[in-house]
Amino acid sequence: MTVTEAEVAPTPVKEPARRRLADREGALAWIFLMPSVVYIIALVALPFGLAIAFAFSDVSAGDPSFDWAGLRNFTRAFDDPVFWRSLGNTFVFTGVSMVFIVLFGKILANILVANFRGKWIVRFLVLLPWTTPVALSSISWLWLLDSIYSPIDWVLRQLGLLERGGQMYWLGEPGLAMSSVIAVHVWRLVPLAAVILMAGLVAIPRDIDEAARVDGAGYWRRMFEITIPLVLPVIAVSALFGAIFTFTDMAVVRVLTRGGPNDATQVLSSWAFYRGIDGGDVAGGAAIALFLFPLLLAAAVGILRVVRRIEVG
Amino acid sequence: MVAEATANSAAQAAALRRKYTRRHVAARIGVYFAAVVVALACAGPFLWSAITAFKQNRDLYNPANNPFVFNRPATPDHVTYLFTDTQFVTFAWNTLWVGVLVVVITLVFALPAAYALARLDRPWSGPLGIAIFLVYLVPPSLLFLSLSRVVVGVGLQDSTWSMVLVYPTITIPVSVWLLMGFLKSIPKDIEEQAMVDGYSRLGAFLRAVVPLVFPGIVAVVVFAFTLTASEFIYSLAFVSPPDQMTVSTGVPTQLIRGDVFFWQSLQAATVLVALPIAFVFNLFLDKFIAGFTAGAVKG
Amino acid sequence: MAVVEVRDLIKQFDGGKVHAIDGVNLTAGDGEYLVLLGPSGCGKTTLLRTIAGLEEPTAGDILIDDHVVTGLPPRARKIAMVFQSYALYPHKTVLANIVFPLRAVGMAKEEREQKALWAAGLLGIEKLLARKPRQLSGGERQRVALARALVREPQVFLLDEPLSNLDAKLRASARDELKSFQDEIGTTTIYVTHDQVEAMGLGDRIAVLAAGRVRQVGPPVQIYDDPADTFVATFIGSPPMNLVSRDGHLVGFRPEHLLPAENVRTDDRTLMPLAVDRIEYLSGDRHVYGTVSRIGEKARVVARLPSTVDTPISAGETHDFAVHASRLRFFDAGEDGLRTEPIRLGV
Repeated sequence: MTVTEAEVAPTPVKEPARRRLADREGALAWIFLMPSVVYIIALVALPFGLAIAFAFSDVSAGDPSFDWAGLRNFTRAFDDPVFWRSLGNTFVFTGVSMVFIVLFGKILANILVANFRGKWIVRFLVLLPWTTPVALSSISWLWLLDSIYSPIDWVLRQLGLLERGGQMYWLGEPGLAMSSVIAVHVWRLVPLAAVILMAGLVAIPRDIDEAARVDGAGYWRRMFEITIPLVLPVIAVSALFGAIFTFTDMAVVRVLTRGGPNDATQVLSSWAFYRGIDGGDVAGGAAIALFLFPLLLAAAVGILRVVRRIEVG
Repeated sequence: MVAEATANSAAQAAALRRKYTRRHVAARIGVYFAAVVVALACAGPFLWSAITAFKQNRDLYNPANNPFVFNRPATPDHVTYLFTDTQFVTFAWNTLWVGVLVVVITLVFALPAAYALARLDRPWSGPLGIAIFLVYLVPPSLLFLSLSRVVVGVGLQDSTWSMVLVYPTITIPVSVWLLMGFLKSIPKDIEEQAMVDGYSRLGAFLRAVVPLVFPGIVAVVVFAFTLTASEFIYSLAFVSPPDQMTVSTGVPTQLIRGDVFFWQSLQAATVLVALPIAFVFNLFLDKFIAGFTAGAVKG
Repeated sequence: MAVVEVRDLIKQFDGGKVHAIDGVNLTAGDGEYLVLLGPSGCGKTTLLRTIAGLEEPTAGDILIDDHVVTGLPPRARKIAMVFQSYALYPHKTVLANIVFPLRAVGMAKEEREQKALWAAGLLGIEKLLARKPRQLSGGERQRVALARALVREPQVFLLDEPLSNLDAKLRASARDELKSFQDEIGTTTIYVTHDQVEAMGLGDRIAVLAAGRVRQVGPPVQIYDDPADTFVATFIGSPPMNLVSRDGHLVGFRPEHLLPAENVRTDDRTLMPLAVDRIEYLSGDRHVYGTVSRIGEKARVVARLPSTVDTPISAGETHDFAVHASRLRFFDAGEDGLRTEPIRLGV
């Protein structure tokens, strides 16, 4: 069989077409990103700048004109003992909450991935704390922790753990109030943590767990030597995100205690809201809230480092 | 410690089987027990809410009464009060349409952005991704002060539309991150095939990629909606007229007059809002988990 | 050294909708290398996992060393398993991987390390002990998986397609190493694969599975020469056995036994004209594709002519081919395609 040698006319180099496509890609990328970027600059970056400006001004609800005030707001804030109390409370609130959220979240995640009848209903019930608007669930807790009518007290009285007519001042006593606020916040966030951790658990290849089983590892050894190390990146990232969220959250505090009793549960963001909106001292509120940012930035650097280590590892 | 007893004799083997059956049964019981405890701990307050919504005042305002049963006959009065004497329906409606709009806006902004960052390799993709992450760090509790000025400036103060304008700042960064994870897990061949078939990059995106990233979109929809419905601080700061409020601020405002709490109606509102959202969320939970998995594994 | 016995095993999934294992009886003798061979979905991996204890049977029993182990978890069965993906613990070093099973039983540290070094030495991976799995090649990972299995000194090795993740070039040498490894260790091994070349090369006996049932068990030669049904006949051998329909039966003969008539012994041979379609040249053999008639319905067949047979054949012509009677196999044409007694063909 002979092979015919056909004259293959040289096709024009595809440069122009390629450049067109690449151009489109570059243009496309811009078009796709611009709306989000513009929106975020307009509604986050600029207001952020504005907040910084406020912090150095004397703007208030009564006097909305912008006058430079230097560091006055900051010194005033620092002179206020409530500021320092709020700062401390914020750390306590965040630290203790996160420990419990991660712990309970992990346990709940394990329960949710287990196989049992009625899993759908349990999941539904377990999601309720997170999917409910925080304002509403916190109001429910207001009654549940009420000094007179608390059903929890009632149960404790029935169990004999509380004397007849006795009351726990869940929201009235400083130490208890802080614990209550932490407890409600934890109750609210554990379902979300569980869902995220569930994703991490599910991502572990089944093979590895089975190999550990065959190798002779019992439940606890598998949990601590195989499962947890492999979920640790997810735990770390979500813990840091959760910490950031908790650090800046004020919803539970505001509804349950308004920062009381005597600022025992006041956190920086609720204090900023109180001063800025309730009190009308916009500049002062801004200065207080701004204090959150360096701490958040440090946390951000922390998260990015962890994420990078995960990607490399 | 000696190795697990291996079956060295028939009797030992039988004993071993019994031991493991016992352990297995104990484990099953343990799981069910844990599931029940956990479900009660999380949903207990809602159970209590549901009962309380129908309690008579004299039943409720008696610390000696069992809060979990009806000591006096149940009454629907407080629940009807919620619908007739408050603007609960308005609140719910506002929450719904604000939620839907915010979700749509979020998707329209976040999906292309995520695609651009995940797929269209530009040198500035990396830094921009980090920038988006940093945006998440600027919290509402910091921005609400200046944002209320912006809202006033745009003339949207005291309007529900202010929330439509502002909520995407919360939902877009997270959604971009989520969608990037989903997109990275879709093989490039699919778009390349579409482009070979004659579609432009944009066409390939719309026809080939969007259908595949659908679970991610579902996850974003659910997540964005729940974030929006739950949002508290912005709506508190921006909106005062009740008919412009959402459930999150409207219910507390109208059912708490000074020191007087309309507890039963409040509980009714809580349950009525919580159940549908949790139900829908649960339906999409599997898809939601897939989103996080994709994000975590691919980075 | 143990005997593994599978008795009347049934495994169903999805509430009885999927019959993964449909009544299997099998034994593996002391020190034997038993291969479970079959196409994907035939149940071979499920069978292996049930023996391991990773799946509970719906009915039937597993016995190891004459003790019923059904109901016992994997760690109580003194078995070791190598997974298709090797399932190495990604966050642990190679040494930590190998030592893990020994820690699980509470062995003392020195003894553990000694055993680990012994296993590593046997597989030639001493230099890799400090590395993590992601730093290893496919072949190295496989050896680590084997070392981890070996170190427990199990009664049975269970291997789930351990070569399928290696590239083709590596597979042949890896197969070699596996065989000599098992010869040296002498432990009873059950090996799952879908690759018949692997099976024929490695197994002392092969169990061919399809649709959850064992079609035939026997040494490789027997499986090849004496298939029990049409499934085995066509699954084994490349190209597969030719089958021609005739009166409710199937007449089978392997391509290498279908030769030009002049190259087949004249005593008791069956002639058939072959209308040649095309000829392929593969590694010195000629593969002749065409259609035969006369011995049954018209059928497409392949003839494999070794280089020693240089009878000229060309495409488009019809040439008389023949198969010696001793090479003919007869099967029932029904669903199961079981082997039947030879039929006189009278051609």
